[in-house]
Amino acid sequence: MSGLRDATVVGVAESDKIGVVPDKSSLQLQGEATLNALADAGLKLSDVEGVFSAGFRPTEVAEYLGIQPRYFDGTHVGGSSFVVHLGHAAEAIASGRIDVALIVGGESGRSRVGLPAGFSGSHSSAQSMEGQFENPYGLPGAIGGYAMACARHMHLYGTTSEQLAEIAVAARQWAGLNPRAYKREPLTVGEVLASPIISWPFRKFDCCLVTDAAGAVVLTSLDRARDLKKKPVRVIGWGEGSDHQLISQIPDLTSGPGRISGPDAFAMAGVRHEDIDVAQVYDSFTYTVLTSLEDLGFCKKGEGGDFVSGGRIAPGGDFPLNTSGGGLSYTHPGMFGIFTIIENVRQLRGDFVNQSLRQVAGAKLGLVHGTGGKLSATGTVILAAD
Amino acid sequence: MTDYLKPLPKSDPVTAPFWESLHRGKVQVQCCGDCKIFVFYPRALCPACGSRKLAWTPVSGKGHIYSLTIVAPGRGPDIFKNDSPYVVTLVELDEGCRMMSNIVDVDAEDVKIGMAVEIVYDCVTEDVTLPKFRPVIPSKTSPHL
Repeated sequence: MSGLRDATVVGVAESDKIGVVPDKSSLQLQGEATLNALADAGLKLSDVEGVFSAGFRPTEVAEYLGIQPRYFDGTHVGGSSFVVHLGHAAEAIASGRIDVALIVGGESGRSRVGLPAGFSGSHSSAQSMEGQFENPYGLPGAIGGYAMACARHMHLYGTTSEQLAEIAVAARQWAGLNPRAYKREPLTVGEVLASPIISWPFRKFDCCLVTDAAGAVVLTSLDRARDLKKKPVRVIGWGEGSDHQLISQIPDLTSGPGRISGPDAFAMAGVRHEDIDVAQVYDSFTYTVLTSLEDLGFCKKGEGGDFVSGGRIAPGGDFPLNTSGGGLSYTHPGMFGIFTIIENVRQLRGDFVNQSLRQVAGAKLGLVHGTGGKLSATGTVILAAD
Repeated sequence: MTDYLKPLPKSDPVTAPFWESLHRGKVQVQCCGDCKIFVFYPRALCPACGSRKLAWTPVSGKGHIYSLTIVAPGRGPDIFKNDSPYVVTLVELDEGCRMMSNIVDVDAEDVKIGMAVEIVYDCVTEDVTLPKFRPVIPSKTSPHL
């Protein structure tokens, strides 16, 4: 569209340490990630005009960082928030409202130091809709909601625990190539199936990690990006969607709002599914990946189990997915979406070009997909390197 | 006084007729006067068509299991952690709306998607009755046997 600038990601980073970091608060982790991402870009705190955050309010984060933003967005739709922010930040830069945007998220999810108010695990009030119509029955948080969705998918389509296990095993293989990953030792399908049931049909290894970590992403215009340190990664298409908040209100338990956000992102980018070289698809649970791939249209509804099997999504497979090791094996503090962006930008910049299997060779076009709440809200973004 | 420590619902002006009906050993759900769908949870407007004409309507309390999860011992929210494996379910009522609940009077492993269920009124405190469900046992005179 004429009159609009190209928005680009120019800096990405995690906090200094990720995994188990008991001596650092949630805001400290976010501060480190911010400084590291700005250093990656070659920009300064004083360059930041727009702050995008979830968990902590943008004003809390900006205050801690010493930023006085003229643009902020605290859209909080769970772990997908930061992928949604990426689209919103791209719009703010494309329209010329701001030149530099900071997206930052993460928390002390494992050590629980200085958590933001309302962090998952706290209870909604007894008079809220969740308090009246879900909490009395003991659903175990996100795990229980996704488990019920997975159970119906298995019932309708014959999806198997072995197929879900393939997702966990592939994530662990990618994590084995990533020195920052929390779980790196090899994992087999048999070990996944032998792990204890948490909330049937989910076993331990169907579920994401709980770690301490933060991440940050810095954007600016393509014109300004050309003067910066790193190869710019353009944000060329984005979408977001929601069709419920409570799992008991989901219109179709086997489908998520990726069927809203995905087509919007692809249409805006003007690319096809087969053009995508590398994808990061939020993996709070193995099943989250499976249904998201279907909702996004990489395969038909019900065919996700076959799609992820046979090593297709593992290192060396023809659909490189969650190449950091994902929330299942790399890191997952509570809201993972920021890390899907970080990994895909690194792949498209070729940051791992000297690490054989770790780098998806020649990756030019990437997809990032976040899922928040209980399949409640998604963001999909398509990124391009020149 | 009560020794029931699990989360209890607190009704609001819109939802109170649902909770009060359970307390009387009946169940009623809103039905839209315009598009005729049954609405749950209770609302001030129909989420299908936006109508404000929602009428409380007695329903059968019969339905089937739309989906479920079996929570392993020690894995639920804190106050549920000492329970045996328990089933959290989404029940689809014969009238078409769904509600979250527990399945009782049956071993967790025997609960299956599609199973016919009926409501059980679980008076957990003097003031609160929760809608639970149990499998419908086909009677010997049932024509299906």
